[in-house]
Amino acid sequence: MTVAASSIGKKVAMALSGLFLVLFLTQHFSINLLSIFSESSFNEVSHFMGNNPIVQFILQPILILGVLFHFSMGFILELQNSGSRSVKYASYKGSANASWMSRNMIYSGIVILSFLGLHFYDFWVPEMNYKYIEVLPLNPDRYFEELVHKFESPVRVGIYVLSFVFLALHLLHGFASSFQSVGVNNKYSKTIKYFTVAFSVVIPSGFIFIALFHHLNFF
Amino acid sequence: MNLTLKVWRQANADAKGKMETYKIGEVSPDMSFLEMMDVLNEQLMVKGIDPIAFDHDCREGICGMCSMFINGEAHGPDRLVTTCQLHMRKFKNGDTITIEPFRAKAFPVIKDLTVDRSSFDRVQQAGGFVSVNTSGNTQDANAIPIDKHDADKAFDAATCIGCGACVATCKNASAMLFVSAKVSQYALLPQGKVEATDRVMNMVKQMDEEGFGNCTNTGACEVECPKGISLENIARMNREYLFASLKG
Repeated sequence: MTVAASSIGKKVAMALSGLFLVLFLTQHFSINLLSIFSESSFNEVSHFMGNNPIVQFILQPILILGVLFHFSMGFILELQNSGSRSVKYASYKGSANASWMSRNMIYSGIVILSFLGLHFYDFWVPEMNYKYIEVLPLNPDRYFEELVHKFESPVRVGIYVLSFVFLALHLLHGFASSFQSVGVNNKYSKTIKYFTVAFSVVIPSGFIFIALFHHLNFF
Repeated sequence: MNLTLKVWRQANADAKGKMETYKIGEVSPDMSFLEMMDVLNEQLMVKGIDPIAFDHDCREGICGMCSMFINGEAHGPDRLVTTCQLHMRKFKNGDTITIEPFRAKAFPVIKDLTVDRSSFDRVQQAGGFVSVNTSGNTQDANAIPIDKHDADKAFDAATCIGCGACVATCKNASAMLFVSAKVSQYALLPQGKVEATDRVMNMVKQMDEEGFGNCTNTGACEVECPKGISLENIARMNREYLFASLKG
């Protein structure tokens, strides 16, 4: 059995891909937050991200691969783990010894994956169509308007809010857990856990706030 | 106390098991859970029913043999105890108690509540030891200076009795807490460092081959462990494994 296929190898790979996605999430949040304060700054940064060749042709494929890897590995591990106990318990009190978040990562993950489908449909697909299929002329001022337009629908905003609640639940276990997986469990672990709680609350709440802000401002 | 017990009955490894319900009376709150099981078995034998097979040996929380999953938890609702140390005062008169064997693909049921935990033995045999030449001039281990902090942590890891509660309680039936305790107890000591690379690689390989699940850091194992083995050991094993992999 190779190191990568071992239980620890897979666990480390999940942790590292998860931490990479956390970095991306922070960067995405920072850009979205700009839309609250300055329309022109948001347009400027979005235009840069959407047209810079390094971002488009190197970072974006890495990100997509990271997302695909994290989700695929999550499903593979879930299947393997459910097979490791063929006869289930008649009575199993999971809540007595582990958090809901840690026991249901697959479900919070599925909600996030479904949300990503909607998110790609909302932003990524039209963007690819605009730039590479219809090859429309560059317009550095279109991003803010497109963003605000997407948050017009209360149903879409509702789905966004619900998805970010599940993202918070996923992060509450996943972030600190990644450090344990790569072997970090020491005097800093308590700080990492506090930071995990702060991060898991602040970032998803921030995304929710941005969606609600634009939705309410639209009218 | 009068209790209703729902117990897993399975005639042998190949038989299809099922939950059976038994009523039991005259249970003293001061009885241990195993003593209550003894009383039940006496009552069953009087009625001509095959007594319930369950593992037990020392009955003082050291051997790690008792292995019941009681009301949805390994070794029952109490903390830092094995089933033999669990007392009936933890339950109320009229309670219904569900009793099942430790369940995992790597712990097949032998009969009723007894399970085959030899997978743990094979993991241990894969590397959970220190090779010593018994030449007659073997150095006294106490002659080697060891940092007190490391010695304490190694001792804590070595208190693992290999009962399998970690596997039984883990939603993934992962054996990481057991294996990491065995890896840690040697990794922390100078005597164990010589074979550290082979040890962790071989023990993890054997663990995976036995069919245990993957660890997802729920922490349930640490909570249910009768000896309070810390998750810190799993992080140490992960580090040991990663460094050993890099060494090749």
